[in-house]
Amino acid sequence: MSTHEHVEEHFAGTNKLFISVWIWLVVLTAIEVFLAYKPMSIFLMLTILLGLSIIKAALIVAYFMHLRFERLSLVLTIVPMLVVCICLLFAFFPDSFRSLGLRYQFKEAPPPPPVEQEH
Amino acid sequence: MSTEARAVHFPAADWEGGTHPYRVGHRKLGMWLFIVSDSLTFSALLIGYAYLRASNVWPTPFPFYPSIVFASVMTFCLLSSSLTMVFGVSASSRGDKAAARKWILATMFFGAAFVVLHLIEWNHLMHEGLGPFRLPDHWVQVFTTTDGQMPSPLFGATFFTITGLHMFHVATGLIYLGVVAARVKKLNHEDVEISGLYWHFVDLVWMFVFPLIYIMSVDIGGHLAK
Repeated sequence: MSTHEHVEEHFAGTNKLFISVWIWLVVLTAIEVFLAYKPMSIFLMLTILLGLSIIKAALIVAYFMHLRFERLSLVLTIVPMLVVCICLLFAFFPDSFRSLGLRYQFKEAPPPPPVEQEH
Repeated sequence: MSTEARAVHFPAADWEGGTHPYRVGHRKLGMWLFIVSDSLTFSALLIGYAYLRASNVWPTPFPFYPSIVFASVMTFCLLSSSLTMVFGVSASSRGDKAAARKWILATMFFGAAFVVLHLIEWNHLMHEGLGPFRLPDHWVQVFTTTDGQMPSPLFGATFFTITGLHMFHVATGLIYLGVVAARVKKLNHEDVEISGLYWHFVDLVWMFVFPLIYIMSVDIGGHLAK
């Protein structure tokens, strides 16, 4: 039967391409470390860091893991459902913020600092 | 009518899938599915960490040296190991098994360096007094807020669980790559490529663990050093 395809494919991508991807990954990591010491709001920092991480993950998946050179059907099977499942986990966050608000707020003088434990 | 016979009635051109709809072998597809499920495991852990962090007073204790320097060098090791793994898979696709083995051994070297550095870092934190459910006393003093709210002792639980599970994956990957390197002459190209997929996945997870666990917990004001 001739419909059997030969599964083994030539591994696409040149070494030059892989080295440039690696340089990008190292540079993005360096930016992350640099950002760590820039004073900014935690939400802005989180957004930037996650954005950079997603770019890095995409570079790894696309080039190192070769997904860019695979058939689109494989990409569409794997990626969207993973993104949806991860986003579903965000449903927990409203509860998380609520529990922070439930903490007892000291209205008068703050309590004494925690007692030093014996060594 | 047998499945094989029915396949004749659906020529490959109709849906462009033929007998390999994804144009990958079943083992490679299996590894992709494993990677998807493992991504969900790590996502759940990271979301759990974010949940705890958002609902508690959270310490930010990591100094530039040793924590951030170590973590950055570890990131560099993992990124480099991914590059050498790609070279190994590339050599294997050309049929150059000897070069493939050499590159896989280089990958294992970087992976082992990652594990060693990480264990030194763990050891350092445990010596400071960090445990899964316990913060070092001086961290508690420094990070207690002005209105008396104490930092969550679950910092250690999230830190050791997430980095520990990742380190377990790296260690497993080292064994896996060791087997592949030893048997590379008997394995076909796809097997080498599948081991590469696993290794790159371990690298990919660290791309999220590093900023969320380390960069987001930097002691910016140097509170602990004072």
